Amino acid sequence: MTTAIFVIVLTGALVAAACALLGSFLVLRRMAMLADAISHAILPGIVAGYFFAQGPNLLAGFAGAALAAAVTVAVVEALQNTRRVGGESAIGIVFPAMFALGTFFVSKYFANVHLDTDAVLYGNIEFAAFDVLIINGVNWGPQSLWVLGALCVVNLLFVVLFFKELKLATFDPGLAAALGFSPALIHYALMTMVSITAVGAFTAVGAVLVVAFMIVPAATAYLLTDDLRRMIAIAVGVGILSAAGGFVVAFIFDASVAGAMATMAGICFLLALLFSPSHGLVTRFKRLRRQRMRLAMENLVVHLLNHEHVAYEEHEAEVDHLSSELRWQTGFARRVIGLAQRAQLVRLTDGHLALTDAGRELARRAAATTVEPSSDLLAASP
Amino acid sequence: MGGLIELFSDYTLRNVALGSALLGVVSGVLGCFAVLRRQGLLGDALAHAALPGICLAYLLTASKTPVVLLLGAAVAGWLATLLILQIVKHTRISEDGALGIVLSTFFAFGIVLLTFITKRSDAHQSGLDKFLFGQAATLVEEHVITMAVLGGAALGMVALLYKEFKLLAFDAPFAASLGFDTNVLSVLLTSLIVIAIVIGLQTVGVVLMAAMLIGPAVAARQWTDRLGVMIIIAALFGAGAGVAGALISVSDEGIPTGPMIILSLTVIVLCSLFFAPARGLVWDALRRTRQRAALAK
Repeated sequence: MTTAIFVIVLTGALVAAACALLGSFLVLRRMAMLADAISHAILPGIVAGYFFAQGPNLLAGFAGAALAAAVTVAVVEALQNTRRVGGESAIGIVFPAMFALGTFFVSKYFANVHLDTDAVLYGNIEFAAFDVLIINGVNWGPQSLWVLGALCVVNLLFVVLFFKELKLATFDPGLAAALGFSPALIHYALMTMVSITAVGAFTAVGAVLVVAFMIVPAATAYLLTDDLRRMIAIAVGVGILSAAGGFVVAFIFDASVAGAMATMAGICFLLALLFSPSHGLVTRFKRLRRQRMRLAMENLVVHLLNHEHVAYEEHEAEVDHLSSELRWQTGFARRVIGLAQRAQLVRLTDGHLALTDAGRELARRAAATTVEPSSDLLAASP
Repeated sequence: MGGLIELFSDYTLRNVALGSALLGVVSGVLGCFAVLRRQGLLGDALAHAALPGICLAYLLTASKTPVVLLLGAAVAGWLATLLILQIVKHTRISEDGALGIVLSTFFAFGIVLLTFITKRSDAHQSGLDKFLFGQAATLVEEHVITMAVLGGAALGMVALLYKEFKLLAFDAPFAASLGFDTNVLSVLLTSLIVIAIVIGLQTVGVVLMAAMLIGPAVAARQWTDRLGVMIIIAALFGAGAGVAGALISVSDEGIPTGPMIILSLTVIVLCSLFFAPARGLVWDALRRTRQRAALAK
């Protein structure tokens, strides 16, 4: 039992790592939905491989799926090139057709065989430990570990060896072409790696969830860093973490392991979306509000400074007058004044505000760079 | 011919064909707007995102009534749209990435809930797994009536707001300048697409739903340059694919309806792309060879 658990978690982690290595480039190159299309479209290829090899055969499955992926990419591009069909419509026509063909074959010819139609969607990682690799009668252990381990190594080599080319073609295809690296060649190489990875991950996590493993950790990393190397590393880390966390959740609720792993990746993305130090929504909202309050306080002290030592100073420094003068809602004005008091910029004595030394200092500095949008100021100018 | 006679006499087949045709009409009409606004794949994401909504509705109410499950699907689809819009608006992730993220994680969560439900109750008892691939063969009169009411409401809205939606599809900034609230219109149109998806889930399932929206519209686009005509042709193509798929699937044991509908639709799309008058690729190629020959002389 413990070995089975170990094999499942390791399989999940290897799927996550293999997928996340490529995912960063897919996210940056806006190819998420194309990858989704490929992972669906390989189904008829896998079924054809199954059919011709008279049973589950790894190589036949890979060959059939690679062929199906190539057909998909070629047909999508041919459709786009006719200019009769929009880019995303082309994707939306081709992959359902391929997938429908695949499910048709599965339910027509393999209705009661090993290929289960539901597993096509979300895989069968639970059985990873029982599907062992046997060569010449020798048991080499779980097949999934060998296949996915090899995929991880191949993808890592691909990314490391062609890092410069991939980076250049992703961020500046024009420059890449001018320097003699063919962006088209790199595009097809990446597509090939995506389809091989999708096939390898297919039995473990199915057609739909492969995309979750490819895109979601990479998108999470994209929200956390601006450095491509770091992005890839974070994506792999998030992927492996989701695999481990997802297994625990699936174990507790007795639910689909692959589904729980992908859901965990989604939760990681949500956390990054909200709380990323650089791009998080909550962090950005807080930063915006802080900037707004600082600006408001500067406006306040500059306004007070402008009206220091004039006859109607008392009146200008009344809290109620301030809010109408600076066109602030009363609640907002009170909040700004409260903050300014706490920051020791102003003092409030019986309804009148007065600058402290620190406040006067800030006002002088702020006034040197900004001009208060005040009607008094305009009227005073000749 | 035998199939056609059977169509009107066999009760099950009549429901299946009627349901599939209804789906074809509704998704054909709404798909036109989705495709013209380049939002075809949004339908794909929404269809996947509906799954957790269906499962949660079942978990909360323990009811299998279509209306309850479809309400769950609609809420989840709507939430997914909102999330996609927010991701695109506030982060540097592209629309393509946002679609992929929401689609796959919502679906993953749906799978978690689905497997949780099926393992808790006796396997497949809940019948929720039919939403994955759709099971048109299980359509009964109650489903068809629900589909007709929902679809009729959606089509009625399109008829009422035809002018506004047309403007939105072709020139949204102009619509805004005329004083129409394009955000409200956009949300409304997306909500109608969610209805089409909700109708289709039971018939073709979450994965193939995208084609039901995109296919008829793309095929119809090849035959005309007028939106009104395009919508009518798309509805006819959708209905035709639905009925054809239903007929093929009952002709032999073990052929699923959903995939057959999509494959029929694919044939229609390919025929339209190649042979539609004016825009057909075949005529285009012929014209070009003739021109080249004329030039060579």
